[in-house]
Amino acid sequence: MNRQALSAPRQVPGGARPLLAVLSEAGMLWVLLGLCLLFTVLTLSEQHPSGPAAADALAADILRQCGKAPRVLVAVREQPDDAAFAARVATKLTAAGATVVEVVKGEPRDARGALERSAAGGGLECVAVNSASAEWLVFADLARDYPALATTKLLQPKSYFWPNFLKKENLLNIANQISVIAILAIGMTMVIITGGIDLSVGSLIALASVTAAVLVRDLAGGVEAGPTGMLLGGLGGIAVAAAAGAFSGLMIVCFGIPPFIATLAMMLVAGGTASLLARGESVYQLPDSFMWLGRGADFLGLPNAVVLMLLLYLVAHVVMTRMTLGRHLLALGGNREAARLSGVPVSAVVLLAYVLSGALAGLGGVVMASQLKSGSPNYGQMYELYTIAAVVVGGTSLAGGEGSMLGTLVGALIIAVIQNGMNLVGIESYTQRVVLGVVILAAVLLDRLRHRNWRG
Amino acid sequence: MVTGKDDDDTGARRQGASPLLEMRGIQKSFPGVRALRGVELTLRPGEVLALVGENGAGKSTLMKILGGAQRPDSGSIRIAGMDAAIRGPQDARRAGVAVIYQEFNLVPALGAADNIFLGQELVRGTGRLGWIDRARQRREVDQLLARLSLSIDPLVPCRELSVAQQQGVEIAKALVAGARILVMDEPTAALTAPEVEALHAVIRDLSRAGVGIIYVSHRLEEIAQICHRVMVLRDGENVGEAPTAEVSRADLIRMMVGRELTEEFPRRHVRPGAPRLVVEGLCRGKAVQKVSLEVRAGEVLALTGLVGSGRTETLRLIFGADRRWAGRITLDGQPLALASPRGAIAAGIGLLPEDRKTQGLVLGLSVRKNFGLPNLPRLSRGGFVRQGEERRACTEYISTLQIRTPSSETAVRTLSGGNQQKVVLAKWLARGCEVLLFDEPTRGVDVGAKVEIYQLINSLAAEGKAILMVSSDLPEVLGMADRILVMHDGRITGEIPDAAHATQEMIMELAFA
Repeated sequence: MNRQALSAPRQVPGGARPLLAVLSEAGMLWVLLGLCLLFTVLTLSEQHPSGPAAADALAADILRQCGKAPRVLVAVREQPDDAAFAARVATKLTAAGATVVEVVKGEPRDARGALERSAAGGGLECVAVNSASAEWLVFADLARDYPALATTKLLQPKSYFWPNFLKKENLLNIANQISVIAILAIGMTMVIITGGIDLSVGSLIALASVTAAVLVRDLAGGVEAGPTGMLLGGLGGIAVAAAAGAFSGLMIVCFGIPPFIATLAMMLVAGGTASLLARGESVYQLPDSFMWLGRGADFLGLPNAVVLMLLLYLVAHVVMTRMTLGRHLLALGGNREAARLSGVPVSAVVLLAYVLSGALAGLGGVVMASQLKSGSPNYGQMYELYTIAAVVVGGTSLAGGEGSMLGTLVGALIIAVIQNGMNLVGIESYTQRVVLGVVILAAVLLDRLRHRNWRG
Repeated sequence: MVTGKDDDDTGARRQGASPLLEMRGIQKSFPGVRALRGVELTLRPGEVLALVGENGAGKSTLMKILGGAQRPDSGSIRIAGMDAAIRGPQDARRAGVAVIYQEFNLVPALGAADNIFLGQELVRGTGRLGWIDRARQRREVDQLLARLSLSIDPLVPCRELSVAQQQGVEIAKALVAGARILVMDEPTAALTAPEVEALHAVIRDLSRAGVGIIYVSHRLEEIAQICHRVMVLRDGENVGEAPTAEVSRADLIRMMVGRELTEEFPRRHVRPGAPRLVVEGLCRGKAVQKVSLEVRAGEVLALTGLVGSGRTETLRLIFGADRRWAGRITLDGQPLALASPRGAIAAGIGLLPEDRKTQGLVLGLSVRKNFGLPNLPRLSRGGFVRQGEERRACTEYISTLQIRTPSSETAVRTLSGGNQQKVVLAKWLARGCEVLLFDEPTRGVDVGAKVEIYQLINSLAAEGKAILMVSSDLPEVLGMADRILVMHDGRITGEIPDAAHATQEMIMELAFA
């Protein structure tokens, strides 16, 4: 009997995994990078710097080109940013020994007056402008209009090409905008890995934001509230959302109600409760410091909400890959009966997934209340769908049993980048929805193809 | 009532008639198993042919091929002298074949009339509009039900009908589809005696009308009553066929089990010690009724019987996978509550389930993660899995059990049946279970791996563990067990205390009770 031949495992040669599986595992990361590259190219445009650094560079440039002690006219529009720019240029020039004959903040005709005065007076080596005032017609042909100023140079900060997409403010903006959905997506990933779904997270955002705001307004002194009051208010919002998740979970575990139905009902209940609690209005009696979580940026210039999101993903990744909870989630999602017969406390783990999903939705609601400095029953509409989209695009199978937190983070970023990039390129919001829909469909299609690959 | 003379008449008619169905050289393999090795089957019009054999002899596979649910690797099917290419259930239906499986294919919410005409509705006019002619359907259904002596309201949803009534609806559906060949798989398994009588009357009626019937059953008495000819399958091959009048029950059993103990079962020399697992009065509905047993240290107790006799259910109750309605379980004298598998595992009981793919393994996970699942309490600290420890333990078991896998990180999905089964075994061995419940431990496992699993079972017994093994494979039962219990219809119908001197015939006699 040739035992070797009979019982050798049917393995894939060389351990190579099917192409599609590899593609879809690392694939979404490539999609994200591809999208970033696409929008980088599409938003490449001329940048006109206007900050203090640009002013310093311009002053240095003037001194280099126009000798040791040039006479300079500074002309800008009458706007706070422009005025600050002009003031900085003037200060730098004066400090270096130049003579700033006049700083014009206004219209082209103001500049004409100043030019006439200079032409009649001591002449002018240079006119310092920014990208906006450089376009004024009055500066178009100085030599013809004012023969006395034939040698006067018109200087402005050097422009350069850089994609709008890759500007620091824009990248932070992307991260900040997706932070709430990304936080929700952590809980949603766990729920979907168990083979379930949680449709209530959008409404729980509203409920938690209203609960937190009402608690701070009524019990912690409203706009006078201290840090402890705000902390307790936020925790109250999270606790209410977690309790809602626990209720859905109990319905699913104890009574076998399909997750879709149980959480659909909770979506309506939580949304309605939020409106009742807030009497249909926004609750905005909050102190300014309430915005610390959503708008502050205390760590390396990163918004606090983004730092929180990244920390949560780190924890969630460790839970899913290193802890028994993660193992149990993947096992029972892959084969509930086998997991049960192996001693996994199936009901408790499923329940916990819904509690965590609720609690994270509550946290998302508190972050949103902080970002917008109010709690409102209108927050979070459609967020459950974007959250599910992020999870699915991130490669988690709706059939359960597989998925990763890093994949979900990538999925959330893909959605954020698509939205942001299309905004930058100037695509209107209706088209954006069409594109987003197609992307989600493509991601799920990839998931299906991969599973067919296994069966075949 | 059918008289003997009537029988002779139809018998005479059959002799001359050309075959209705001829299956020639049917072969079918599954990974690790050759289910059919060139099976031949002939059926004449009006004939009732019994198809019998042990569990796993290939009856179901053969009928699935006829019904289009599976495709043969090779072989031909001719119906009424014409080559029939049956590639799917639709082809089978068009060729006049209807298979009534044990699980019925009825839409539970629809009534008998709608079910009977499902997919072949009677329509008004040209039928292009899809208007169902309810009145005509109703008339035809009434006639059909009268012919089948069924008194049911054709509008009552099928889920509210009894099993016998649902079966009647299935038969009516087959007749409406114009079936000339009717296959019935264990049709009387869930019927009461009067219902069996009624079914047999219907079968005789259909037989007179020229329908060929293949009757798959374990119930030898019924076969003697209703069938004209009996055909025996064993290990995917024809081993005999004869007119029912000419074979005795003993002949049939001998043909079914015929396989001698040719395989080498490793011998073990252990004197069983004190009782370890004691089960008294275990009950759950009709599936398990007052089952009591005890397994001693170092003993392999085999629980056998036909499929559906309550063996698997008994194991599941002991393991806490299903809730028992009554009964006491003690391990080493300590009573166990055992309300869940988790509790049973904590008490030191392990279950190797009947179907490793749906119950034993999470196929998408790696060998290591499957291995670790019941062992996480030991392999984790503070909720963190000690993955290095887990990998080491898993690798150790891969080498001791000779699991053929590229690495501990390979998905179990890609392993062969025998190696998958060894992964399930490794889970429980690493857990250090004192009682091991094996449900069909070698089903779908190739010969080489089988012997390795037998050796493992022996070494476990030698360590003084208590082993309860359910198996349909009689040579395996005889070769491995110290003692044999036989179940039938949820009860233990017999005990063979000395397995060394038992025969397959003894077991089958008890199993057919």
